[in-house]
Amino acid sequence: MRTKLPILVTLGLFLIMFGAGSIAFIGFFSVQNFLNLFIDNAYLLILAVGMTFVIISGGIDLSVGSMLALSTMMSSSLLEKSHMAPVLVIPIVLAMGTVLGLFMGYLIQTFNLPPFIITLAGLYLARGLCYVVSIDTIAITNEFWKAAAHSAIKVIGNNFVSPSAIIAVVVVLVGLYVFRFTKFGRNVYAIGGNEQSAILMGLPVASTKIAIYALSGFCSALAGIVFTFYTLSGYALNGKGMELDAIATVVIGGTLLTGGVGNILGTVLGVLVYGIIQVLIMFQGTLNSWWTRIVIGFLVFVFCLLQRLFESGKKSALGKGLPRQAAKAQAAR
Amino acid sequence: MGIWRRLSRSKLLWPLVTLGILLLFNLFFTPHFFRIEIMEGHLFGNLIDIFKNGAPIMLLAIGLTLVIATHGIDISVGSVVAISAGVVAMLIGGDLAGHPKYPIGFAMTAALVACVAAGMWNGMLVSWIGMQPIIATLILFVAGRGIAMVTTNALVIWLYVKPFALLGQGYLFGLPFSLYIVAFLLLITYLVTRRTALGMFIEAVGINPTATRFAGINARSILFWCYAFSGFCAGVSGLIVCSTVMSADGNNAGNLFELDAILAVVLGGTSLNGGRFFLLGSMVGALIIQTLTTTIYAFNVPPEIAQVVKALVVYAVSLLQSENFRARVAGIFGRREIAA
Amino acid sequence: MSESTPILEMRKINKHFPGVKALSDVNFRLFQGEVHAIMGQNGAGKSTLVKVLTGVYRHDSGEMLLEGKPIKPDSPLAAQKLGISTVYQEINLCPNLSVAENIFAGRQPMKLGRIDWRELNRRAEEALKRLNVSVDVTQVLSSYSIAIQQMVAIVRVLDVSSKILILDEPTSSLDEVEVEQLFKVIRQLRDDGLAILFITHFLDQTYRISDRITILKNGEFVGEYKTGSLPKLDLIAKMLGKELSEFSFAMGGEERKKESGKAGKDGKIVLLVKDLGLRGSIAPFSLNLNEGEVLGLAGLLGSGRTEMARLIFGIDGANQGEIHVKGKRQSINAPRSAMLAGMGFCSEDRKNEGIFSELTVRENIILALQGRKGTFRYIPKKKQLEIADELIKTLAIKTPSANNEAGQLSGGNQQKLMLARWLATNPIILILDEPTRGIDVGAKLEIMELILSLSRQGMGVIFISSEFEEVIRCSNRIAVLKDKAKIAELAGEEMSESNIMHTIAGGR
Repeated sequence: MRTKLPILVTLGLFLIMFGAGSIAFIGFFSVQNFLNLFIDNAYLLILAVGMTFVIISGGIDLSVGSMLALSTMMSSSLLEKSHMAPVLVIPIVLAMGTVLGLFMGYLIQTFNLPPFIITLAGLYLARGLCYVVSIDTIAITNEFWKAAAHSAIKVIGNNFVSPSAIIAVVVVLVGLYVFRFTKFGRNVYAIGGNEQSAILMGLPVASTKIAIYALSGFCSALAGIVFTFYTLSGYALNGKGMELDAIATVVIGGTLLTGGVGNILGTVLGVLVYGIIQVLIMFQGTLNSWWTRIVIGFLVFVFCLLQRLFESGKKSALGKGLPRQAAKAQAAR
Repeated sequence: MGIWRRLSRSKLLWPLVTLGILLLFNLFFTPHFFRIEIMEGHLFGNLIDIFKNGAPIMLLAIGLTLVIATHGIDISVGSVVAISAGVVAMLIGGDLAGHPKYPIGFAMTAALVACVAAGMWNGMLVSWIGMQPIIATLILFVAGRGIAMVTTNALVIWLYVKPFALLGQGYLFGLPFSLYIVAFLLLITYLVTRRTALGMFIEAVGINPTATRFAGINARSILFWCYAFSGFCAGVSGLIVCSTVMSADGNNAGNLFELDAILAVVLGGTSLNGGRFFLLGSMVGALIIQTLTTTIYAFNVPPEIAQVVKALVVYAVSLLQSENFRARVAGIFGRREIAA
Repeated sequence: MSESTPILEMRKINKHFPGVKALSDVNFRLFQGEVHAIMGQNGAGKSTLVKVLTGVYRHDSGEMLLEGKPIKPDSPLAAQKLGISTVYQEINLCPNLSVAENIFAGRQPMKLGRIDWRELNRRAEEALKRLNVSVDVTQVLSSYSIAIQQMVAIVRVLDVSSKILILDEPTSSLDEVEVEQLFKVIRQLRDDGLAILFITHFLDQTYRISDRITILKNGEFVGEYKTGSLPKLDLIAKMLGKELSEFSFAMGGEERKKESGKAGKDGKIVLLVKDLGLRGSIAPFSLNLNEGEVLGLAGLLGSGRTEMARLIFGIDGANQGEIHVKGKRQSINAPRSAMLAGMGFCSEDRKNEGIFSELTVRENIILALQGRKGTFRYIPKKKQLEIADELIKTLAIKTPSANNEAGQLSGGNQQKLMLARWLATNPIILILDEPTRGIDVGAKLEIMELILSLSRQGMGVIFISSEFEEVIRCSNRIAVLKDKAKIAELAGEEMSESNIMHTIAGGR
């Protein structure tokens, strides 16, 4: 089916890359290598899940990278400077992310302000707040955190995954469930498909839109915590550009930037493609790792182009007269 | 019409007032803010710093003003600045003895050509393929940094070719050289947009693209060149940035410039919805931002706090520009019937 | 059909907006088991009446009774809750959701706290089967034709609750086969006892489907009739009414007709159109226009007049046919090429396609001329003001100065502004789409005088208006359009209102 096509393309892309890598490099083809994709990109996966909700609803959130950084700063500061227990730190950080997201969502929805400006300013705000917390890096020495960082959970023989990866997978599963089985999830699709219609159909558009940004904030905060499991520190320059990585993986996963179409599985594939490009470049050895950025940018372009052609193809298929006739009838009233 | 009425009607009023308030604040609370000394043969002081440090953003704002006037946006400008810096640095080379690999003029031209190409890329996506500007420029936003890093091989390139420093660090008749560049580009842009029909066409495209097309004007072409020009301005800005620090850092050059530039344009009176644009206003807007930053520095507040302040300013300005918000506030002060 | 009590009664409904009385003492009745059509031309008040009924507007005075009880819905959702459901032409559904989901969005059946997809799909299939529609309900809505989408929309609103179903221009995008399918569904719903309000501008369809017709004109209630007892000609006559003949021309209609004979025979052809057409827009048509001639396009709403104009001016690209200007074949694929060939076009949608409200009067006027000259041959401000001032004078545009914003002008003056823009380019051919719509009588007069004087100066004019009398007064010849096709041409003595109406009523 037409709608399944983009995700199949992404899947194909991933398989081709994995295959190419396996042929070109020794040691590439291994289960651990595949699992590492989840371990190394757990934070990105969580960010991307939140971003998927936002983008499917037709919005965009440019603040997620900075929110991730803020989350790392807050976690490390609360743990090390305030000596709070992890069981308190985690809920507080998650709440902070949710509240900030709620704030932005409120501004966007209630005053009809453009999401990219409000979240772009949010990027500044969160980044600035990072520095308010601390200018220097804060190393985390908390035992629980260190345990989370270094644990290796055995799966499938001698391979292992980290707690972060498991958290990420759980988030993915929750996301899948919400999208498929809850009214909230379906409303997100409806809003992205045609917000006006959704309003006329009586769906709770306003509250859903605000909740989506709150959700994205929550995911950013969670991603930050997971990131600290990886780095065991809080650093204000974390997450620079991550929002773009998140958006890119969502787009490559087949979600339309215009909203209404896409799903979590596609996003997961998008993250895997992102991860594998990095691994390929690493294995290659000579290429600058920044080539990842370029390749991702190129892929985003290709997917956006395909989306655009797909859109204009659909419009003409419905008959040229249609949108104008509607407009004419409107004008005639 | 009396001078006061003309002034109050001028769109330049509110930006100037805002700048005035900031300067006034500094007058009272910041010691030596307005002191200008002559050192090493040129003027020196906080005010001079504002112009010098604000130059890169002012340049971006010139190009961005036109793009925003067409009801578009270009968030790739920061990344293009990095590309510009990267290209020029690579071509000049980091030879410690100060011998450039290629002539400085050639290097600069190459950098500008690359940036114009980047702008044309954006222009093509928006005008021919018809992508939404935020999406179209997002691509270069992502890839641009990568291109910059690849150009510099992910290294920070340090330059020792003395003449190149003139751009960003030099002085001419006591004033920073970069100021002259800004003034020159501003003048050319002003002349081209206001002494030819281009300015009017740009505004028409932003206000009503359909009617523009119906009036027999090639709206597509206008869109395309606005984005190309924005790329050019980012190129010039990148040259100055590189020259100021005599280095090119693909990762950090131009970082977060786009929001500053957009903010400058918006503060200067040009609406994000397109239409009438105000080049001078955007310059004042950039100065407001720079003064804000300098004021914060002067108080020994960590510069990063400036970002928080900037963000809050963006929120405030957005709310004020939102009709919805104004209606609600008015509603608090008096009953308002919302039209059907 | 027995004269039982109507399920809906609207009595003496009044609604006014700043500057215009949209509805004056309008009555309307809807019976169960009936299809009732509301007919009227532009500004008749059809859409306003429906918007009052569906809660988009609130009426100023009068009463609405639903099943005998007074109602005053304050939003579309409130109206829906009362049982008044509407399916609009734009099909307010979500194209990216499946058919089943669209039907039950917001009311999905749940099982154990989660959406029961199987039940959802099953119920959707059943609901559609009741209308004799069987499609795969799991496919996304956009993969189906507009006709099917409409069925889905109908099913949704009926499923929510319905005493009254309003169908707003449902057939505008359907082909013949789909129209018949829709009508079958409507008939079945009617026979099941539903009260259906059908809004359309297609005459023939009204006669096929409706049982009763209410006619509105200029916001006033003309009458309610049983469809079977109302001849087509009477319907058209009542819809159009006799326009107020408060004004007279320097040149009366009689002299006009004598002139048309002259222009037609000796005049040079400035515009020749052969078999120009676009699938989905208008059937292929041919026409020619002479120097100094006014060709009027007459037809009812939706007959294809604007489509014709847009094809000639290059706004829509034709997929067949030729255009010749002054004997030379032109490739008109964009408004710019039309302009360069010597044409000008004033759109009927002033706001969205004509006026730049934030630009000054001066800029609005010289824009097309400037466009013609290109970016670099800038017209100096002084010259701009000269040109603008002269046209302001010639057209008597009421504005404090040429530097005021165009958005501040009244409708009539904005119309003149658009005219001025094209006059500044000295076109050979001028196409005017509804230039007299929505403006006061005095301004109408001025514009019509202007059209006549332009043609006397040698300009070829294509004049579109919904008011037949205006078309007759201004034109040398008239092309009659109906249901998206050109069906006849009238000239000289033939040009009369009754002839036009007969032509339309008589069909092809």
